Amino acid sequence: MRPSSSRGTDDVTPVPSRLDHAPTRIVSSRTTLVQHLRDIWTYRELLRGLVRKELQVKYKNSVVGVGWSMVNPAMTLAVFYFVFQIVLKNGIPYFAIYLMCGLLVWNLFSTALPSATGAVVGNAAIVKKVAFPREILALASVGASLQFFFYQVVVMLLALVVFRFVPSFSYMPLLVPALLTLLMFTAALGVFLAAMNVYFRDIQHLLEVVMTAWFWATPIVYTYRNIADRLGAQAWVFRLNPITPIVLSFQRALYAKISPPSTTGSGPVAILPAHAGRLWYLAQLLGVMGGSVLLFLGAVAVFARVEGNFAEEL
Amino acid sequence: MPVSSATVAVEVSEVSKRFRLYHEKYTSLKERFIHLGRIPHEDFWALRDIDMQIREGETVGLLGHNGSGKSTLLKCIAGILQPTTGTIKVRGRLAALLELGAGFQPELSGRDNIFLNASLLGLSRKEVERRFDAIVAFAELEQFIDNQVKYYSSGMYVRLGFAVAVHMDPDVLLVDEVLAVGDENFQRKCLDRVRQFQREGRTIVFVTHSPDLVRQICNWAAVLDQGDMVAVGPPGEAIRSFREHLLERQRFAEARELELQLQQTEPGQQERPEITGQESRRNLEVRITDVAFEYEGCEERPYLLPGQNLVVRVGYEAPTRVDDVVVGLGVYDLEGRFVFGASTDGSGVDAGPVEGRADITFTFDQVPLLDGTFLVSVGVHSQDQGTVYDWADQRHQFEVMNPGGYPGVVHAPFRVSRRDVRAGAEPAAAASHLGGGPAEKAR
Repeated sequence: MRPSSSRGTDDVTPVPSRLDHAPTRIVSSRTTLVQHLRDIWTYRELLRGLVRKELQVKYKNSVVGVGWSMVNPAMTLAVFYFVFQIVLKNGIPYFAIYLMCGLLVWNLFSTALPSATGAVVGNAAIVKKVAFPREILALASVGASLQFFFYQVVVMLLALVVFRFVPSFSYMPLLVPALLTLLMFTAALGVFLAAMNVYFRDIQHLLEVVMTAWFWATPIVYTYRNIADRLGAQAWVFRLNPITPIVLSFQRALYAKISPPSTTGSGPVAILPAHAGRLWYLAQLLGVMGGSVLLFLGAVAVFARVEGNFAEEL
Repeated sequence: MPVSSATVAVEVSEVSKRFRLYHEKYTSLKERFIHLGRIPHEDFWALRDIDMQIREGETVGLLGHNGSGKSTLLKCIAGILQPTTGTIKVRGRLAALLELGAGFQPELSGRDNIFLNASLLGLSRKEVERRFDAIVAFAELEQFIDNQVKYYSSGMYVRLGFAVAVHMDPDVLLVDEVLAVGDENFQRKCLDRVRQFQREGRTIVFVTHSPDLVRQICNWAAVLDQGDMVAVGPPGEAIRSFREHLLERQRFAEARELELQLQQTEPGQQERPEITGQESRRNLEVRITDVAFEYEGCEERPYLLPGQNLVVRVGYEAPTRVDDVVVGLGVYDLEGRFVFGASTDGSGVDAGPVEGRADITFTFDQVPLLDGTFLVSVGVHSQDQGTVYDWADQRHQFEVMNPGGYPGVVHAPFRVSRRDVRAGAEPAAAASHLGGGPAEKAR
């Protein structure tokens, strides 16, 4: 009795099922961590696309373009060099190189984290209308910062050549786990804060304050030994800062001077841990890496729990 | 349900969705801390225990007025919102057209946006590259594809969004009222694409409040009202139930409004709120006392069926004798078009002279309307219309509802016949019944 039943679909020739081998997706309030991780992996192309977009958008219509991303770190470097080497006479030889090692790490961390924190809130328009693993947004911020990190590495290498500075080639391989650890830690914290920021919007502002303190709690401008030697047996407290082992690894591989003679002529300056071999650095990094992986899993789990409400909260 | 296929493409089981409505939004740490755990809020159930099985290849409409929960359900199926309780299983690749061009970056070119948008929908770069030309051609943006999207017109924007979505080869397509955008040409193209999807056995779910669209392309429809699924069935039935709910709400709202008015005005002072056009000219020497609609079955259902008879009774009253009286009525659609009318003038029945009460009855043997709400104006005036005694401008209305499948404006009953000429000859007979007119699918 319904003339409409034959409408649209053709029920004379049955269409073979398209879904026989199709995967099933389940939407419910209980999503598992594994499912989430798998989703992130499936959307890895989106991560690439978003990183590319970030870079394209950031310097569109600007003449100097990517050059701008170098101006800021260069300025920081110049100011610190002037204040600490020339005014305060800290006596560290090749202070510019020393600074660059730490700033390389810090710049990646300090541009990625706030940007990741604001990623979900800042992309509200997409989050409300398209379904995809939202962790990708935070990860893309880290990815974009990584791009700038590599530009700065190029500048660093140029500086080494210009100053005829010889890094420690035997410690070079340490840079790989150091960078991976840095990325893991930044991503973990970024994903966690991105989710929290949806509910507590002032995390973004709080973070600015915390970042300043964090910078000075990391041996970038001053030396590790300066603090560690005073703490003595309690030096491990100083290394609780996850960024410290990463910065130390960079300094060990690229700057490579443990206690060089001071430029002011007052004996040697203690810079890097004295009796630390490659294994010591690796162990430090592995500790942070392990913690970061756990943090990342925890962050994704938290994300998975609260993600369902993002579209309403934004 | 129609189309019998074993595979269930979308399975919604016992899905409920609760929204927390906060009277004030506390999004800062301090405020959260101060109001810790006791933020004043109301629970609002946007969906309550929805069960629904959509089989592969079906096209399903979700009908409902604004706030009925239909979009929430669609967002849950799409995975944008998570249901508070219950689960939804979706088989195969899903594309959701919730807002065309959501996620477009104005600073990027159309080309870059196609890649970005497609990856947002879950497509790999390779897959996009393969379809790139087809997407651009479908969006008709060949010349502009390398321009920044911020310079696109809204039509171009929408075309690009739709083009990307339909080219991602979805097994399940969710559409939220987006077919209503773009120029007519593009709308037709979208509809063609939807029909092509149907032929290819894809599953389509769309949200709409256009009954015509449901009739045109759906196998069945579900009606949502305040988060409950109140009806499921073939398009005609679902639309009827949708209308009934709409009418009920309307009546409820009207009753409340009246109540409010009664509270505000002193008894005896209940003047009509607004007086317009002809109404301002009335002198009330003759008054319309009542207007009533009668039709077969008006006791059970608040609407006419297409082609049904309709009796309109107009009661009027003159305290002192008035000679020159004509009673007339006009029927308008919701866009204000005059559809048809009737008058005592020239009918052979005189409405005047009148002193005291009288009734005029207009009998329409059949009202050839198909669907919709129609407004009725009733007037009592002199024959030359120089004097208007009383006038009720579109104050009365009746509903027509079409339980069958055909969209359109008027009820035009038809018969179909077929004649086979000769096997092997020009397939003229076959060609004519593929034509596409309404006769095409009749039994």
